[in-house]
Amino acid sequence: MARTAATASSKKSPSKPSAKKPAKAESNGNGRMAVVELMNAEYQKRRKSQIEAIKKTDKKLLREMLYQMVLGRVFEEKAAEVYRMGKIGGFCHLYIGQEAIAIGSMMALNPDDMVITSYRDHVQAMVKGIAPEAVMAELYGKEGGCVKGKGGSMHMFSKEHEFFGGHGIVGGQIGVGTGMAYAAKYKESGQVTLCFFGEAAVNQGIFHESLNMAQLWKLPIIYICENNQYGMGTSQERAMSTRNIAKKAESYEMANEFVDGMDVMAVRDAALRAIKRAREESLPTLLEVRSYRYMGHSMSDPGNYRTREEIAKYQERDPIVLFQDSLKTAKVFTDKDFEAIRQEAIEATKKAIEFAEESPYPSESELLSDVYA
Amino acid sequence: MALLTIRDALNQALREEIIRDENVFIMGEEVAEYDGAYKVTRGLWKEFGDKRVVDTPITELGFAALGVGAAMAGLRPVIEFMTFNFSILASDQIINHAAKMLYMSGGEFKVPIVFRGPNGSAFQVSSQHSQALEAFYANFPGLKVVMPSTAADAKGLLKSAIRDDNPVIFMEQERMYGMKGEVPEDDDFTIPLGVADIKREGKDCTIVARSMTVPMALEAAEKIQQEFDVSVEVIDPRTIKPLDIDTIVSSIKKTNRLVIAEESHSFASVGAEITYQVMDHAFDHLDAPIKRISTVEAPMPYARNLEAAALPSVDKIIAAVKEVCYI
Ligand SMILES: Cc1ncc(C[n+]2csc(CCOP(=O)(O)OP(=O)(O)O)c2C)c(N)n1
Ligand SMILES: [Mg+2]
Repeated sequence: MARTAATASSKKSPSKPSAKKPAKAESNGNGRMAVVELMNAEYQKRRKSQIEAIKKTDKKLLREMLYQMVLGRVFEEKAAEVYRMGKIGGFCHLYIGQEAIAIGSMMALNPDDMVITSYRDHVQAMVKGIAPEAVMAELYGKEGGCVKGKGGSMHMFSKEHEFFGGHGIVGGQIGVGTGMAYAAKYKESGQVTLCFFGEAAVNQGIFHESLNMAQLWKLPIIYICENNQYGMGTSQERAMSTRNIAKKAESYEMANEFVDGMDVMAVRDAALRAIKRAREESLPTLLEVRSYRYMGHSMSDPGNYRTREEIAKYQERDPIVLFQDSLKTAKVFTDKDFEAIRQEAIEATKKAIEFAEESPYPSESELLSDVYA
Repeated sequence: MALLTIRDALNQALREEIIRDENVFIMGEEVAEYDGAYKVTRGLWKEFGDKRVVDTPITELGFAALGVGAAMAGLRPVIEFMTFNFSILASDQIINHAAKMLYMSGGEFKVPIVFRGPNGSAFQVSSQHSQALEAFYANFPGLKVVMPSTAADAKGLLKSAIRDDNPVIFMEQERMYGMKGEVPEDDDFTIPLGVADIKREGKDCTIVARSMTVPMALEAAEKIQQEFDVSVEVIDPRTIKPLDIDTIVSSIKKTNRLVIAEESHSFASVGAEITYQVMDHAFDHLDAPIKRISTVEAPMPYARNLEAAALPSVDKIIAAVKEVCYI
């Protein structure tokens, strides 16, 4: 049903090369504006039944989901602030606006399931169990970081938490994630793999090579395409011949779904279906989760390729606001609860900053350790 | 002469070659509407349009291959890699296809293509984004490898690279894009590939440096002159392949001492190759063993202090010069 949102957006005819001067950088805001309307219409249709479902969902789980979303938001807002103060170096890609994807899908996993993602990895790392202190200290490049300051923003890892990392080469983790699922099947461990990547990574050959192998060998993996509609400054329609990513799975006869990435409960539902398929039938799924990144691609992106109106339009459907709205309507939580949750997240972030500030720089002996096993 | 940043010098070279030859086009990620991830292609899409300046999907193997085919069929593509780290995805096309096409076609098919972009480390961008890959590409016959260190060299060499009938790997350095230098204003200013440049004359010790280590070597040379009254010659090969070994050897015949400073890892590096060639041509002229400063044999760490410890530095170069001069 949500498929309509995906198809209705592919109106623009492919631009053919021309010797003429190009028109002014076309943001094709209309396409994206139409999608957000359609997604909202679909959301309104399912809202009633979703609120009933929320009422039947474990309250502790709902609280934790909201907390993780708010923590992700508050933590990254703080990271942006300290980045501007020069505390964090290199690239720093924020997840603000996309929180519902990580929380909706990852909180449907068992603790020993495996996760791998791109460089946009801070929130996934925390949801998988890495302490905010260790993530912030990693951003600072300090010894107390989850990988001792060696990886930085793009490369959070934790063996203990089955978090197989943040990866900097666009598309690379799609193949690696496929291998993780292969190992789970080989060992009959029962683990499921969640593999996250952006929509621009779908244009890499490795996406297609991996999906083929995963379906061919029936691997227990969920490919989650976080379609935030831009790869750096390039909108999806300027880089991909079709708008419908979920449907690409069909050329491999793989199960697939288009999901509203601003609706955490919708993400959770789709993830539960895919996880069940992986766990019980050892079959892969491709989820295209449509969302939006509020911030620049990284901290150094001026973002001239889209309009303020477009950002504002998507922010109207902010995943935290939508979720709180539903929780309130379902009478599960009140504004007071929301405030308490926010304070908790602020407190956790403050502690993370204090820890990162105090943690020493890694010792120089670390430079040549971990090169070989 | 005009005072330009390396970034703008490269931009001028691209612009002039687009105007000069209708078969030249630029293709890569964010090169057009975004003006280039590092703004090297700033303004070119606005001026020349979609046909000459082309944004691609993130699909390095694909657009590198497209460039190779287009070059075989008569165009002169300039393929930008956002950074050379991502060229590794395309290395099959560069090494298995572009490098060998002329030879295995018995001379039938030339591949006049430039693969360019920043190479080496940037500012704390960690392991997957900080690699200096010149030795990797220089190992394969059929490829030329160019690494400018000044604005004038950047412009003159890029123009020559675009006009060259071979696949050329043209490596810039992100840390250097903002460095300024005098550039001749002549539209037809070029610098031939394969010719080294003496960046500073000296008589007591030679430093061979390239790309990012050239400004470091010059600073080291100045400090050594002042502190120890030792006169250091700095040579920049500019083109790694073909390598102008003659200029290096003549310098050693004068100074009898050699330090090599490079950003890549040391193992099987360009510095290792230079060391061999110097031994081959000038063994009897050396008064001290050759010293080499490279990046340590580890992937690049993120932490600020570790990154600094991993990379070559002015101090490390000074220490090496002192060692070969026995001071
Ligand atoms: C192979 C490769 N090419 C280019 C880049 C530079 N780069 C980093 S992220 C990015 C955009 C990726 O967009 P998308 O996959 O949609 O993920 P998002 O950043 O939107 O989460 C680009 C071009 C890279 N890191 N790796
Ligand atoms: Mg994206």
